[in-house]
Amino acid sequence: MINKKVSHTKIKIIEPEVGWQSIDWMELYEYRDLLYFLILRDIKSIYKQTVLGFGWAIIRPVFSMIIFSIIFGGLAKIPSDSIPYPIFSYAALIPWTYFSSSMTFSTQSLISGKAIFTKVYFPRLIIPLTPVLSKLVDFAISFVLLFVLMAWYHIAPTINIIWIPVLILLMILTASGIGMWLSAMAIQYRDIPHGIQFLSQLLMYAAPVVWPVSLISEKFGETAILYYSLYPMVGVIEGFRSALLGHNPMPWDILGIGTISATFLFITGAYYFKKKESIFADVA
Amino acid sequence: MKNAIKVENLSKRYRIGMKEELHDTFVGSLVSWVKSPLSNFRQVQELSKFDKNGDTGNSIWAIKDVSFEVEHGQVLGIIGGNGAGKSTLLKILAGITKPTEGRAVINGRIGSLLEVGTGFHPELTGRENLYLGGTILGMKKIEIDNKCDEIIDFSGIEKFIDTPVKRYSSGMRIRLAFSVAAHLEPEILLIDEVLAVGDIDFQKKCLGKMDNLSKGGRTVVFVSHNLLAVNDLCSNGILLENGRILIYDKVENAIKYYMEGRVKRGVGEHIWEEEKAPGDNRIKLKAIRIKSEGSITNTPSLENEIDIEIDYWNYIDNMGLLVGVHLINSTGVTVFTSANFEGASLIRDNWFYKNYPKGLFRTICKIPAFLLNEGIYTVHLYINKKLDWAVILGQKDVIGFRVKDSFEMRRDYTGKWTGVIRPKLGWFTEKID
Repeated sequence: MINKKVSHTKIKIIEPEVGWQSIDWMELYEYRDLLYFLILRDIKSIYKQTVLGFGWAIIRPVFSMIIFSIIFGGLAKIPSDSIPYPIFSYAALIPWTYFSSSMTFSTQSLISGKAIFTKVYFPRLIIPLTPVLSKLVDFAISFVLLFVLMAWYHIAPTINIIWIPVLILLMILTASGIGMWLSAMAIQYRDIPHGIQFLSQLLMYAAPVVWPVSLISEKFGETAILYYSLYPMVGVIEGFRSALLGHNPMPWDILGIGTISATFLFITGAYYFKKKESIFADVA
Repeated sequence: MKNAIKVENLSKRYRIGMKEELHDTFVGSLVSWVKSPLSNFRQVQELSKFDKNGDTGNSIWAIKDVSFEVEHGQVLGIIGGNGAGKSTLLKILAGITKPTEGRAVINGRIGSLLEVGTGFHPELTGRENLYLGGTILGMKKIEIDNKCDEIIDFSGIEKFIDTPVKRYSSGMRIRLAFSVAAHLEPEILLIDEVLAVGDIDFQKKCLGKMDNLSKGGRTVVFVSHNLLAVNDLCSNGILLENGRILIYDKVENAIKYYMEGRVKRGVGEHIWEEEKAPGDNRIKLKAIRIKSEGSITNTPSLENEIDIEIDYWNYIDNMGLLVGVHLINSTGVTVFTSANFEGASLIRDNWFYKNYPKGLFRTICKIPAFLLNEGIYTVHLYINKKLDWAVILGQKDVIGFRVKDSFEMRRDYTGKWTGVIRPKLGWFTEKID
């Protein structure tokens, strides 16, 4: 659809969409109130339905941290860049939990949201982007516990803390990109939602959550790291660790490459989503 | 563009069947892609791709070559039988689905009401859902802030506005949802059958509000089976059949054409083969016919008794059944509803008092002579469980007929004889002074 503003009235043309469509970012901005209320709905409904309410935002990463510390840190003795293992993994678990839950909910978003987009028009891109933003609340809550842990381990944050917002942006960019890809695929191909848990596990072990990046450079050399950096979460996780725990310098090279691939993922995701958009209501 | 809506050769094709060839799993399509790269990949990739030959029996045209224009401020009704393409057309205009061919040009902000309460979440309060529902329909937060009190007031559920919607009765939910929708102020409003919900008083209130909307210069496109509402609200009407426009005219003419078409098509009788008959494994409709003076006709005279004969198979042993009809006239008014139970029937229908064994049955409804006015009628048929009146077989618009005038009644009067019914009454005059 093309929106043309002619004097005060908007003229909309509805016709078959052929090939790649451009993305109407202006329209998304116009519907920001809807995005806001959908995010609010997500947050309120999850917490109204549970006894622990916001406590759940902390329980998942804390549980993982405990289990990982026992198994990977204690039993398997995975190196953790000379930082106590619990906080080594928790610093990674915060952004990881955000990414994984955002990815899972985003993928499912079109399927669970079909009741609304088959009945009324609004820019469909809002649907996968809603969990990407609403999961930030969980993210923020789990962050609080991090400072408690840091105090416990007597680790002071470094000046690199000022880069945390940048890391968060990269995290959001990656989550949006993969969310757009997977949600559009999931509404059409019904096996995708079943595979998402599996994919999430795979991606977690592929990311340096339970083990440090230094293992890669030891085993495979420095150039391997450059390829590995194409996985944007590598940069995010190592960046978080560096900024908060100060054991390593900020990994700018990893982040640089990660940003490029995340941007590519985002742009291609948006175009793929837009291309498939016209059949959502038909296949839902 | 001076018109609100301009539709040019709009067509929409849906793929049906072809489950074996079409992949709805990613793994499936991937495997297929690996096996034969070019042709399979393209075919498998999109549900919306068709071969150039058009209909191959694997797809249907939900609408085809539909063209019309709607002026600003006009209220247009779209009518037609089931599967005529009305909802598809509305969905395309609303932007929910894309056309296969053709185009539509919309001049103005569109609001669509295809469902009441879209987006409502049970855990949120009425107020929270008000905002959510409003923004989904396209309102801005500021707009809702301004109208919030008005919306709550119109809904009549002020006391409960801050309780979670999961505690609402269905009536309350509808009132809130419709109230939100009624305060949407688009330049063009698309409505699909949403008025078929809620209690009578609220429906009237909503119809009134919609009327105000159209008087305020808003363009409305209204899809409905309720011919009375269409007749009342709309100035023009489009009749769709099998995805094509049969007529675009003043609403009374469109409705008349629709009703007449149904009479022309049937010839007083519809018969079905058992496999294709309407119904399910409990009851199937074999035939329905209109008889007058002993023969089948779809133009009985009003001076004769009119029989509606219903033949049906009963498949479940020992069933208590109830057979009923609704008779609707050409302006959508329900002339009467009746059934074969005692109290409603002039004669005793013995089978009503028994339980039906399996078998083929015929129920006849005899409409007295000199009751119906001339005109076109449509019949809705219902076969219910006798115990709780639950509908087993419900068929709207199952047959239509035209009642012809009687010269015996008319004698010398040649003008239009109005009235939903035209009974012979008892008239008596005497001199009292």
